[in-house]
Amino acid sequence: MAGDLLLRVAGLRAGYAGPVAGPLDFELRRGEIVGLAGPNGAGKSTLLKALWGGVRVFGGEVHKAPGLQISHQAQGFDDLRGVPLSGHDLLGLTGADPAGLPPWLAGRLGERLDRLSGGQLQFLRLWACLAAPADLVLLDEPTNNLDRAGVAHLADWLGRAHGGQGIVLVSHDHAFIDQVCTRVVEVGA
Amino acid sequence: MSFELLFDPLFRVPFATGLLLAAILPLIGMYLRLRNEWLAALAFAQMASAGALVAMVLDGPMLAGGVLAALLAALVKGLLARAGASAYALMMLLAWGGGVLLVANHPLAEQAGHALFDGQLYFTGEAHLLVTALAAVVVLPALAWLSRPLLLARFFPEFYRARGQNERPRLLLFDLLAGLVVALATVSLGVMAAFALVFVPPLFGWRFGRGWRSALVLAALAGMGGYSVAFALSLGLDQPFGPVCASLLVMLIVVTGVKLDRM
Repeated sequence: MAGDLLLRVAGLRAGYAGPVAGPLDFELRRGEIVGLAGPNGAGKSTLLKALWGGVRVFGGEVHKAPGLQISHQAQGFDDLRGVPLSGHDLLGLTGADPAGLPPWLAGRLGERLDRLSGGQLQFLRLWACLAAPADLVLLDEPTNNLDRAGVAHLADWLGRAHGGQGIVLVSHDHAFIDQVCTRVVEVGA
Repeated sequence: MSFELLFDPLFRVPFATGLLLAAILPLIGMYLRLRNEWLAALAFAQMASAGALVAMVLDGPMLAGGVLAALLAALVKGLLARAGASAYALMMLLAWGGGVLLVANHPLAEQAGHALFDGQLYFTGEAHLLVTALAAVVVLPALAWLSRPLLLARFFPEFYRARGQNERPRLLLFDLLAGLVVALATVSLGVMAAFALVFVPPLFGWRFGRGWRSALVLAALAGMGGYSVAFALSLGLDQPFGPVCASLLVMLIVVTGVKLDRM
């Protein structure tokens, strides 16, 4: 059952000094998970950024539903060594609801982030974007640096709990895309 | 050595002024460290020092001159955000050069210059206390309001832009608050004591805090504790406050084993 239209992308070309990615066409409705697939260098992450204004748009259009709230999970993360921030602090920043976190992480929210493993930290960071109040969630390589338990929990959660949102994700992990996405859009090189 | 002066009413106002600043400066320092901008505090302090000297030479109030110069520095820093540490270094050099030349060439500036560079807290008067208390009333709630945007800017830099909002005004407001507090501290405590209270106590917060709030509390407590001991020692030993405060804080870092390579 399709929800209301959140995003309509038509002929989108995006880049930095000049266009490096696109054209891209797709629509996204609430409850859908659209995966952007394509070879390395096709500009999938650039196009994802263009959806919220993170890079220059050189052509086409991105039409967003009025009042659309966007949450974007970017690749990479600051070095958190020595930073006195707990898991509760991190989720509180984006307003993310901790309900639904895997048990192996939910019990450690009171600890400093630099006491968590790389996989736990990546999952928490992902969760801070995924569970933030937003209509549209943009995930850039969400499985990077996750361990198998993390990927499994993410796939399970996306499969059953994201109904109120629309999600666009980029991943090199074809099996993950096939497992969680309701639709896949190919991005040309 | 005599500690009887500690109980002299003459020193109550300077002590209270410094204690208030010793609570606020580490909080400012926590957010400057968060943004990797702690060097900006030294630039603000040098600019405040030069501004205070210029004001005195022009027969104006040093407090106002220092605050205006530091606010100008904060504004420049905020508007030239991409210049980063280079902008702070240039500001420091400019302010230091101007300040030293004034001290060397103007008889009135010499004594005030020594007070600013050495950190002679005991010349602080009721006007300093009043302005510092008023600043605290504005700065502390503003910092509480700015905390989330400042943390988001570090850990989720795209958060506001993805929601169609501009985070720059909030960051600029923080720069101005930092400039104001550092300027007040510079004209009350001296350049290096102000910088030491911005830079060192947050190291305790970062090392021992279990979360952001506890780190803030720890930093403020370390600042007030270190300041109080330094005040008593400098008075009792008849030494300038600035060097005693800076040295004591650094020794505390060494004694407590804070590992700088993990920050």
